[in-house]
Amino acid sequence: MARVMDAGDVDRAIRRIAHEILEKNRGSNDLVLLGIQTRGVPLAERLALALEGIEGSPVAAGSLDIGLYRDDLDQRPKTELGATTVPVPIGGRTVILVDDVLYTGRTIRAALDALADIGRPSRVQLAVLVDRGHRELPIRPDYIGKNVPTSRSERVSVHLVERDGEDGVVIESREET
Amino acid sequence: MNHFLTIEGLSADDLNGLLDDADEFVDVLHRPIPKVPALRGKTVATMFFEPSTRTKMSFEKAAKALSADTMSFSPGTSSLSKGESLKDTVLTIKAMGTDAMVVRHKATGAPWRIAEWIEQPVLNAGDGAHQHPTQALLDALTIRQHFGTLEGLKIGIIGDIRHSRVARSDIQAFSTLGAEVTMVAPRTLLPVDPAVFAAAASENLDEVLEDFDVLYVLRVQAERGGASVFPSLSEYTDRYGITTERFARLSPEAIVLHPGPMNRGVEIEGAVADDPRALILDQVFNGVAVRMAVLFRLLGGESSE
Repeated sequence: MARVMDAGDVDRAIRRIAHEILEKNRGSNDLVLLGIQTRGVPLAERLALALEGIEGSPVAAGSLDIGLYRDDLDQRPKTELGATTVPVPIGGRTVILVDDVLYTGRTIRAALDALADIGRPSRVQLAVLVDRGHRELPIRPDYIGKNVPTSRSERVSVHLVERDGEDGVVIESREET
Repeated sequence: MNHFLTIEGLSADDLNGLLDDADEFVDVLHRPIPKVPALRGKTVATMFFEPSTRTKMSFEKAAKALSADTMSFSPGTSSLSKGESLKDTVLTIKAMGTDAMVVRHKATGAPWRIAEWIEQPVLNAGDGAHQHPTQALLDALTIRQHFGTLEGLKIGIIGDIRHSRVARSDIQAFSTLGAEVTMVAPRTLLPVDPAVFAAAASENLDEVLEDFDVLYVLRVQAERGGASVFPSLSEYTDRYGITTERFARLSPEAIVLHPGPMNRGVEIEGAVADDPRALILDQVFNGVAVRMAVLFRLLGGESSE
């Protein structure tokens, strides 16, 4: 097990991404952050707080559950649905999808389908805490906390205080499947 | 969960888990595009061996909102009228290719028999006077939406409990979720042995009426012998009908539910049925959401067993 980010790294990455978001979008007007269930949700809330800390005005943050949009429903264990909470209408706004780990890109594909059923944002951007590579779809993040080269046999776990009691990112090797 | 046949045996966590999913599907149904791709490529057969409009349409709408295809079957126009057996009918429809069967049958236990013949999930949409589990879920969801929980609520179920699959399923679901249930009916319509049910029993509505947070009004079921066991409909209405006078005696927070179809002027007065505290159309709407939750639980994702 290797620790690739500690609590300080996570915090600094979120603050840097907040600055990058403001630079790219020239402020925080019309931004909506949507965290992908489950760990994208607290990350989106933290990013919203960081943005508010810099700009002084609140930024809307919500959650998106993509359980109904997966293309691999037949191949994975059942999970209960998480909440989809969209705090403001997303039509005409810039939606920033927030997730903990970007891997194959299939989650983001599903999230884009879910978004299309909710409204028509003027732009969609993607922020991830960790990009571990191995994309299977043409998807590219706009904001990256850390690039972490991995092999497919490894498992990247993001821990967040809100869910796991501590902040940090670790890589574990998992048994052959 | 391989099939969805009965409320019996489900825990409060099981029920609340399904209701939590149903809450998400309520949100989906309120979106501009009330449809998700979760069950694309799956086929759901609705097989109603007994007439029904609302439950059949509700299941079909639920399947379609999950992007499943539907096939339907009605006995009047099928080979059953040519003498085909239930088993042959089921195996024929299975051979066409279906991923789940939604079954309503007048014979108690029919969905269990069908579940022995096929490996696909079977959903009980009402068997005889036995069970109607998705009705219980939609009723529980409607109450939970209104009060936040069923824990500690006093719920009166009024009417033909003896012949009612809705009452059986509801009593199990409501009591499992922590409500205190009272059955109210003339003796001929109470269960033969009320002690078997997780509910109190009363024959005098006017004595217990004011305690209730929820008044669940059952339909007088002429087709199950209901009308032959009390002297006249007007006497039934006098003693057990939810009139505007009785409605006015309820606590101002209390709500009224009815599984439909209603006999206005018999078990419920028209003005009560149309009051904003009668959540009868909310029940209908929630029916689609709970059926989506059950279909998604059975067909979405590989089996956890």
